[in-house]
Amino acid sequence: MKLSKIFSRGLVMDNPVFIQALGMCPILAVTNTAFNSFGMGMATTSVLLGSNIVISLLRKFIPSKIRIPCFIVVIATFVTMVGMILEAYFPALNQALGIFIPLIVVNCLILGRAESFASKNSTVGSITDALGMGLGFTGALVLLGIVREVIGFGTVFDMQLFGDSFEPMALMTMAPGAFMALGVLMAVFNRIVYARLK
Amino acid sequence: MSASSIFVILISAIFVNNFVLSRFLGICPFLGVSKKVETSLGMGMAVTFVMTMASIITFVAQRFILDLLGIQYMQTIVFILVIASLVQLVEMVIQKTSPVLYQSLGVYLPLITTNCAVLGLTILNIQNEYNLVETIFHAIGAAIGFTLAIVLFAAIRERLELVDIPVEFKGFPIALITAGLMSLAFMGFAGLV
Repeated sequence: MKLSKIFSRGLVMDNPVFIQALGMCPILAVTNTAFNSFGMGMATTSVLLGSNIVISLLRKFIPSKIRIPCFIVVIATFVTMVGMILEAYFPALNQALGIFIPLIVVNCLILGRAESFASKNSTVGSITDALGMGLGFTGALVLLGIVREVIGFGTVFDMQLFGDSFEPMALMTMAPGAFMALGVLMAVFNRIVYARLK
Repeated sequence: MSASSIFVILISAIFVNNFVLSRFLGICPFLGVSKKVETSLGMGMAVTFVMTMASIITFVAQRFILDLLGIQYMQTIVFILVIASLVQLVEMVIQKTSPVLYQSLGVYLPLITTNCAVLGLTILNIQNEYNLVETIFHAIGAAIGFTLAIVLFAAIRERLELVDIPVEFKGFPIALITAGLMSLAFMGFAGLV
């Protein structure tokens, strides 16, 4: 498969969030503001990139029977590293994302890419795949973050959008708003994809 | 520590801070395995068992290995390995001792390794500095909360299958909006403890 095709697949047609619905926990939990969403997306992309590279390099040496525990150890190592970097350089973001940083380990997206792509393909292909999927994930997260932040706080990336008369809808920043906003966005995305398929 | 504090932990884990509907943990199985009431009940039982066992083992591992050696940064790796091997062990034991139970739970067991509710629970136990008894009750409460949410949701989804809705909303979108309404209902428990 051509590299450009591998890359673009993760962005739209196989989008990990809107189409495959993978890694739902962080998608819903940390998207109350656009900035948090972006941080989470970047952290997940770095872990995905690291794990895809290492797993594709080791794919001939990992016995197939114990491959899942091997993948998990590789992923957990990168998650620990990303967690330490966030703690050292971005303490506020680390505080906001909280428990969802260590939980990147069990993000089905990362294990899914390791199992279905990196363990079968070359390193260059796996890097492209990780970037495509990672950016597709980040893009979807930021989109959801923007929608929730605009309705819930009346801001985007902490910039005030409306005048004083704007009443923010606090529900959007809480759990029910997360579920409903993602449901509606997913339906909109489906509509666009269906239209393109026709 | 008193009986009432344990009761508070239990009730808050089941209703107020429901793992699925207010903490966003375990959403993948919540959406993936909730098409039928029986299967979601099976998933709930398997999760209950693994959560309780994993909480006890990770509590011991944190106290007597990580804290003792001062290597707390290894927490994520150690905990996920404990959970993965525990799930494997449970699978083997159930397969040998009770083929009937294995038939009904078998397919869900491997899925539990990547259920973030289990890893999330073990990390929360340590963060909240619970002792062993509180840890066990927190695990039981979290597991009951998870089972409650997934079984209720499955009952709604069985009916959603037959509803006439726009094609774009079929599947995940309508399921998410339904989960949002359930989450809204669970917010009513907020003042309970």
